[in-house]
Amino acid sequence: MSEAPAGRDSILELTELTKRFGGLLAVDSVSLQIKRGEVFALIGPNGAGKTTLFNSVTGMFRPTSGRVVFDGRVITGSKPHEVARLGIARTFQNIRLFDFMTAVDNVKVGRHVRMKAKVWDSLFKLPRERHEEERVTEEAMELLRFVGIARFANHYARNLPYGQQRRLEIARALATEPKLLLLDEPAAGFTPQEKVELMELVRKILTRGITVFLIEHDMKLVMGISERIVVLDHGEKIAEGPPEEVRKDRRVIEAYLGKSA
Amino acid sequence: MSVGDFGFFVICLTAIVLLAAQAVVHPSEFAQILVFGLADGAIYALVALGYTMVYGIIELINFAHGDVFTLGAYVAAAVMGFFAGTSEDTFSVSNLVALLVTFPAAMLLMGAVNITIERVAYRPLRNAPRLAPLITAIGMSFLLEGIMFVWSGPFTVHVPDLLPHGPGFNTTIGGVFIEFKDVFVVVAAAILVSLLAVFINRSKLGKAMRATAQDRDASQLMGININRTIAATFFIGALLAGAGGVIWGLYFNAITYNLGFRTGLVAFTSAVFGGIGNIPGAALGGMVIGLTAAFSDAYIGSKWTQVVIFGILIGVLVFRPTGLLGMRVPEK
Amino acid sequence: MPAARSLWSRLHLRERIRDRDTAVYGVLLIVALLWPMATIFATGDTFLTSQAAHAGTWVLLAVGLNVVVGFAGLLDLGYAAFFAIGAYSYALFASFQLASSPLHHAYHLPFWLMLFVGMFVAAAFGAILGFPTLRLRGDYLAIVTLGFGEIVPQLFLNLDQWTGGINAIGSIDQPSLPAWITGPWAGANDIAIVRDFNFSFDPVAYYVLIVILIIGAVILVNNLHRSRLGRAWMAIREDEVAAAAMGINTVTTKLLAFAIGASFSGFAGAYYGASFGLVSPDSFLFVVSVTVLVMVVLGGMGNIAGVIIGAIAIYFLLNSVLSSLPANLQSLSNAIGLGWLNNSNGAWPGLSELAQRLQFLLYGLILVLMMLLRPQGIFPSRIREQELKHAVVTEEETVVEQAHAS
Repeated sequence: MSEAPAGRDSILELTELTKRFGGLLAVDSVSLQIKRGEVFALIGPNGAGKTTLFNSVTGMFRPTSGRVVFDGRVITGSKPHEVARLGIARTFQNIRLFDFMTAVDNVKVGRHVRMKAKVWDSLFKLPRERHEEERVTEEAMELLRFVGIARFANHYARNLPYGQQRRLEIARALATEPKLLLLDEPAAGFTPQEKVELMELVRKILTRGITVFLIEHDMKLVMGISERIVVLDHGEKIAEGPPEEVRKDRRVIEAYLGKSA
Repeated sequence: MSVGDFGFFVICLTAIVLLAAQAVVHPSEFAQILVFGLADGAIYALVALGYTMVYGIIELINFAHGDVFTLGAYVAAAVMGFFAGTSEDTFSVSNLVALLVTFPAAMLLMGAVNITIERVAYRPLRNAPRLAPLITAIGMSFLLEGIMFVWSGPFTVHVPDLLPHGPGFNTTIGGVFIEFKDVFVVVAAAILVSLLAVFINRSKLGKAMRATAQDRDASQLMGININRTIAATFFIGALLAGAGGVIWGLYFNAITYNLGFRTGLVAFTSAVFGGIGNIPGAALGGMVIGLTAAFSDAYIGSKWTQVVIFGILIGVLVFRPTGLLGMRVPEK
Repeated sequence: MPAARSLWSRLHLRERIRDRDTAVYGVLLIVALLWPMATIFATGDTFLTSQAAHAGTWVLLAVGLNVVVGFAGLLDLGYAAFFAIGAYSYALFASFQLASSPLHHAYHLPFWLMLFVGMFVAAAFGAILGFPTLRLRGDYLAIVTLGFGEIVPQLFLNLDQWTGGINAIGSIDQPSLPAWITGPWAGANDIAIVRDFNFSFDPVAYYVLIVILIIGAVILVNNLHRSRLGRAWMAIREDEVAAAAMGINTVTTKLLAFAIGASFSGFAGAYYGASFGLVSPDSFLFVVSVTVLVMVVLGGMGNIAGVIIGAIAIYFLLNSVLSSLPANLQSLSNAIGLGWLNNSNGAWPGLSELAQRLQFLLYGLILVLMMLLRPQGIFPSRIREQELKHAVVTEEETVVEQAHAS
């Protein structure tokens, strides 16, 4: 894609972010800047600390040291629900849907942060709550159409085919109206056709003004949609830049193929 | 150190300071309560071990465990009754024979009962949502209490006082009256706990139990038979509880059908206090809680002891859920 | 048009689910309306009506606990504590009890006020208990609530200067209303309006009151279920981590479930204090908490209509089937010529006494069998059914793996 956009402000800034688990250093002083509106990829061999980095940004883990600034606001150590409220949404490596809720209900849960209904309103089904519920249902259906699974609206999430489950997770994340969307291996287990469809979906998401930060293993997919890539190995950042540069970086090749290469 | 840990240690420290003050002011009274508390605590330790081992291995709070303890005491009373020539006044050979038979009988019988309970009521629900085995365990507790209620109704059952007692078997040291049975309880419990420790640490089955408690799937992949290991855990826990029941019976000479409910909760508090899943923790916890109960009875009033104990239970779970020595249960 | 069709199919599915529940509610309502009239006509007295009112208290409790356990998935083994708090709140301020306390002044606050006071006090305690404990994992929460459930009655027992302790609080004020309607459904001859009506243990009046309270509770709980909060509870129950990632504050959401559940219990407690006229610590023991829990589980956790039926079923089981067991066995043995079993003889306490003692055992047996045979309850929400079927399948897989391993 195009070169790194100059002059665009950064939506997410990590400054020497470190996460240590007892003796294990999972994320080692990683610094990066994601510009608003770009597609930014995080790659690296298995166990490099990519998901841990995601978790440290979204509040699932408390960083050992370092700083996370989102949209101009310091959010280091914030709780997950606060982070979601501020505008970061995510999907999970191992798909964490609400199995025994329908697809549309899953997405409606995503709307939770943007809804105004209080306990009192819900308890007595006041008109304003009823109208909000109708609105939310329609919004959820719209998102299901957006990701292409509207016909599964009333199926239990558990019963959806794998590919549709991944899309549902994305729809649910989009329901929170994020400014930044974190996708953790969204194409894992996808057929080549599904990967093409995913790339299309990401492009559609971009047109909504949402910045995308993804972890992915499929190089073709990463090179295809990312504007910039960061490479992690053993928790350390070993390369950063546009796809063509990163692909030729010696350290990156060594990390994937081993020092003997 | 987190706020919780800090709070926990502050409270423990305060309690110790207050008790120390009592010890200085009324030493022999304090020591007398201490003796009783140690005996009490030793029995709680035996029961607590069963709770902690079962929770450690399948993360189930076995509500029925306290009733297995009581049932052990009931069996003891029944078995002892079979022996002619036993006497509650003098320690005869028949007494010794009766004791030597009662202990293994009660222990093994309780082991069998517990294995049956596990096989019939808990294993089918091993993967069900948490609530199902919990209710089954409560149901089992009611069932066992029901059996004992049918046996004896609301009436107290007398357990023959077959241990040596009377002149020659007690002593007074510095104003503190110590009987044979006080020493017996602590020594018996210590022996059983030591045997357990040796078994857990040295034997193949013990190693299997520890492994399964840490990571069930990995253990299975290593070829450990999970079902047999879990059954063994229940069996051993019941051996100890059964022994505890016999000892309780011999010490207090009176048991009722619902003894297990309260004792079970106190023993469970001990297990939690020491660190659930942690075997030395359960033994230590039993002693500490037993002493606490004794001191509470004496200094605060026995009608408040229940509240104190449950207060400790809630307090530990809120401030330091890993307990004194730390939890040995995998975090989800 | 695909969009229109999906909307349509969605409505159909919802309608199907709602239909079964609506049908059940319909039946329950009709039975409830006809019950006093039918039973008074059939038996000539109001005994069955007062039994039904008593069952209604349990139904109210079960509907409340369903919010905590069925919706939010929290394990609560000490629900009776809030019941006690509600009951004592009313009893203390609507009797002569406080005259003999250090306060030396008895209060006689109106029932209709104390219903809500009891509710709020219980909710407050629910929040206080929940605040430090709701972050604990499931089993620990169960034990904490169990401990709380033990402490509360014990405190009411111990603080006898204020609560009368073992002597209980009696002669509790009866509610009164400026006007009340009586008629053939209450066994009267014609419809009449009664002025300055005092409940004074009138079974029909209490029955009407509890039915109204239950209807109100069911409507409110249903509203919550199909709302933002209800979905948040379900999400937490399914996957707490994902729920938090979607912006749900799990701590406050769980706290709300706990407090709202507690408020129902407190509400029911105030009603109980008035209807029973006597409040004693013995009425709030562990077995009460367990029974309400069993009612919720039997009803198919989360399913409100099912929980109501579960409550009625268990109540019937405990108060009719089990309690008449001694008498039934006695007549049975007489009928088949084994009448001598009825007499006590040495260690044999007699069949009737034995049957009396058996009740506890049978209750335990029923609990165990219920969880082994039908853990998903009578009307499982399809969710429950799937969950438990999935558990069974996983268990079978484990057995197969075991067979291969050994």
